[in-house]
Amino acid sequence: MKRVVITGLGCLTPIGATVPEFRDSLFEGRTGIGPIGLLPEAIDGSNGIRFSQMAAIADFDPDQHFSSGVITATNPTAQYAIVAARQAAKQANLMSHHASEDIAIILGCSTGGRSSEEVETAKLYYRNARVHPLTVTRTMASAGASHVSIDLGITGPVLAITTACASATHAIGLAFQMVRSGAVTAAITGGHEAPLTFGFLRAWDSIRVVSPTSCRPFAKDRDGMTLGEGAAMFVLETLDSALARNAQIFGEIVGFGMSADATHITQPQSAGAARAMRKALADANAFPEEVGYINAHGTGTQANDQVEAAAIHETFGPLGSTIPVSSTKGLHGHSMGATGAVEALATILALKEQDLPANAGITSAEQVDPTLNLDIILGEPRVADSDKPIALSNSLAFGGLNAVLAFRHYIP
Amino acid sequence: MEEPEVERRCIEIIARSKLLPLEAVTRDKTFDELSMDSLDKINISFEVEEVFAITIPDESLSSLRTVGDVIDGVLRLRQPSHPEPLPAP
Repeated sequence: MKRVVITGLGCLTPIGATVPEFRDSLFEGRTGIGPIGLLPEAIDGSNGIRFSQMAAIADFDPDQHFSSGVITATNPTAQYAIVAARQAAKQANLMSHHASEDIAIILGCSTGGRSSEEVETAKLYYRNARVHPLTVTRTMASAGASHVSIDLGITGPVLAITTACASATHAIGLAFQMVRSGAVTAAITGGHEAPLTFGFLRAWDSIRVVSPTSCRPFAKDRDGMTLGEGAAMFVLETLDSALARNAQIFGEIVGFGMSADATHITQPQSAGAARAMRKALADANAFPEEVGYINAHGTGTQANDQVEAAAIHETFGPLGSTIPVSSTKGLHGHSMGATGAVEALATILALKEQDLPANAGITSAEQVDPTLNLDIILGEPRVADSDKPIALSNSLAFGGLNAVLAFRHYIP
Repeated sequence: MEEPEVERRCIEIIARSKLLPLEAVTRDKTFDELSMDSLDKINISFEVEEVFAITIPDESLSSLRTVGDVIDGVLRLRQPSHPEPLPAP
């Protein structure tokens, strides 16, 4: 089978509107989490939400990126997708080297055009107002993938994957498989999400898994996740193709594993997550001893972090407590269907720079939950062990849907 | 609403949510005995908040273990221990 490498990176996140900005925030531990502020939909100055923080993209101005026609036709979730995809495609010089019908676009998106849905529904229900004629096309979860294809003129397979918080990881994994198999010569893949709407924040508030303070994955006193938004995109192609055209190579994807718990809609099970990790390693033909970093799903909820730690131990046995682990959600928040792509970007940069990002939200060993028995990277980034070139990026979604990507440090 | 009525309404909410006969839901029953998981607990707490117009704090929610805990919690939350102070002029 063909080897698959990454030749383009793009992002628009709460910790950076470009990959260099994201990289600096990632390794310097600069968080994008901040106060929610006053939502425009809030009534009487109170938004009724128990938590007070989220990770939003600051200062995004669609006018700087799009014509008025595109702005009218799109929800921010599609706009984020286009901006990030353009960066990745430009960096890879994708369109000059691959026929448009041989390129796939596979994007993860969980909530679609949530804000457009809410605004139009509120107008309808409370004022019996007319519904905007572009509501359907603004809100469909595949709109981002379609708009990227229109924007770049890509005519190969274009699809959206929606598996809640694992959407982007599933999307990247399927794109990897398509390029590896030769079904397409290249792919744009990743995830995008703009879920920070009044209704969505209130819905998450009702589940009581959002931190009333701030996201602290793997902490003794962790009290939940912090919601975020954003997009991250990649160009994938075969190693042969990249070498033939002398493209810059940022990393290599070597394995993909997926599984379903088939038990509960919100309560994760370690067996399912462990199975996805084992499948990713088997797909990569990698030994557990080769794994030098795990970018954890690490939401900061009691249940996820405990179950994910158990899954790591089930997968790696005695090695489980020795593999460096971090969650970067304390920086960029949990951006739902995009989060797997944002974390894949963090993992790719970690391997490329041989520097493993610290776990955000806590800095000292005393703050770590000792019952998890994990080697959490604290404070400063840690130099990678060059003898352990494999890194995993885990995504464990509501509904018991698990997806794990395996990356290998690419050495030219 | 008097205590027996609060108890009756709480039991109704739990029984309806879990599709159980009313007589199966008694004060001493634990959530585990009623096969209630964390999502059931969130769902039933939401119903209770709606019916009694109360807000259950996160720390109280995590300490609920039995049907009696729910009933006692509602009784406590619907009767503020301190009267609302009058607005200062």
